[in-house]
Amino acid sequence: MATSTASPSSSGGVSWRKAPFIADARLRWGLGIGLGAYLAAAAGTLEIDWLRAWEGLPRGRQFISAFFPPDMTSRWNEIGEGILESIWMALTSTMAGIALSIPVGLGAARNIAPPPVYLFCRALLSVFRSFQEVILAIFFVKLFGFGPFAGFVTLSLATIGFYGKLLAEDIEDMDPVQAEAVRATGAGWFQWINYGVQPQVMPRMVGLGLYRLDINFRESAVVGIVGGGGIGATLNTAFDRYEFDSAAAILLIIIGIVLAVEYTSGLIRKRVQ
Amino acid sequence: MAVITKDGKRSWRRRSLRNQLAVQAGWLGAAVAFLVCWRFISEKTIWMFVLDAPQQAADLASRMAPPDWSYLAKLWKPLWDTINIATLGTLLAIVLAAPIAFCAARNTTPNSLLVRPVALFIIVASRSINSLIWALMLVTILGPGILAGIVAIGLRSIGFCAKLLYEAIEEIDPRQVEAVTATGASTAQVTAFGIVPQIMPAFAGISVFRWDINIRESTVLGLVGAGGIGLQLNASIMNLAWTRVSVILLIIISTVVFSEWISARVRQAFI
Repeated sequence: MATSTASPSSSGGVSWRKAPFIADARLRWGLGIGLGAYLAAAAGTLEIDWLRAWEGLPRGRQFISAFFPPDMTSRWNEIGEGILESIWMALTSTMAGIALSIPVGLGAARNIAPPPVYLFCRALLSVFRSFQEVILAIFFVKLFGFGPFAGFVTLSLATIGFYGKLLAEDIEDMDPVQAEAVRATGAGWFQWINYGVQPQVMPRMVGLGLYRLDINFRESAVVGIVGGGGIGATLNTAFDRYEFDSAAAILLIIIGIVLAVEYTSGLIRKRVQ
Repeated sequence: MAVITKDGKRSWRRRSLRNQLAVQAGWLGAAVAFLVCWRFISEKTIWMFVLDAPQQAADLASRMAPPDWSYLAKLWKPLWDTINIATLGTLLAIVLAAPIAFCAARNTTPNSLLVRPVALFIIVASRSINSLIWALMLVTILGPGILAGIVAIGLRSIGFCAKLLYEAIEEIDPRQVEAVTATGASTAQVTAFGIVPQIMPAFAGISVFRWDINIRESTVLGLVGAGGIGLQLNASIMNLAWTRVSVILLIIISTVVFSEWISARVRQAFI
């Protein structure tokens, strides 16, 4: 590390300088200059209304003070209903999404599926993954009408994209020896999957399923903004009416539920692994 | 794994009877939970609209069919704004996330009773709230526009970057830190020479990874007025200009795929 940068100093001793993170000097300077040029270009073209932002600061202070204490009571009916709807949506879409992603994930694993099935399932997964949940939600609200059903379909598809890809990758990484041993006993295809493949991927997939439940709950707050049901609609209304103390209550409830889900999923994961 | 002896014959089962029952009870519980939740969703759904969906979808597809490519010329500026929101937001996030990560890591926190819980709470709060909700909030405070988008992306990314970074800090090799300490270095010098070089690759990888996610998220921030190509998307949907919507969606997809490719290449270079 130091030998390349050590150089005799004027006093005759050897002084040491820290090696740079990027060893290639040309790349280092190129990246630095590129970043500088980009920042200058960005700063030159951004249209930021600083005056409006400055005027908003008192409102920001008002919003922060709304957290101490948040107003849970005056809109409790709407908040409670929205939160419950979000929870139903998150639970059903996680379960349906995972159930549907198992065949797709099996099909997208190179070491299990024949090439045409593999390509088809991979393409399907990348289509589901490349769109933001909100964009999907806009279209499903158009198709299915307002309400939690559109949100359920959105989150299920997003779950298939996420879970199917990770399942396929996990199956591709499995130990082929165990699967072969099961096959050598004369097992059929389903027995092979059930006894040779599934036990190998199960512990990680349980953890990922719980993680996805957590994501789906958070995302359910967003699909509501475009009419897909859940707490997002309540939150949107609260902001539109400048009811910051109700909005603060909703945000705190979301954070609390995410924390609780994360904590329990940590406990379950520890037991499974 | 269990071996069951029955009529003097030993046969192999995957699970013992008790485990088997527990697993089946688990499946039953999941099915019941699904049906209960489903009833609530079903109550709030107008099934006529749902049954109508295939015709609606065909109708929508036919309206979107030839993408209006002439609209493309007006999209470059919003696209540039979108990329700026993602990039500047990521820069803001990593600047703020680095000190928080140092406060949250067990081995570098200045005070594990007071400072660490606060840092962990900031991380959880930032992660639990989606960038679109941050944007919704900031648009009411800072006014609509690109600034709200940058700050929203920044605030949402702090939690993600700080969490991955503090996990990287906790996994560093303590011997290197000890060696630097043994030379008589001050705390700042230990951090700069013992810790930072060890986490730099992780730090760079995390930043690029988050940038890629942020490109994806900044495409929709315009839906709530926080700038970028989402504004055009929202306007086109409101005006029922479906041929324009399809152009915007194609642009969004290609941008997302391109940023994913860049991020994968850069991360490969680091690892």
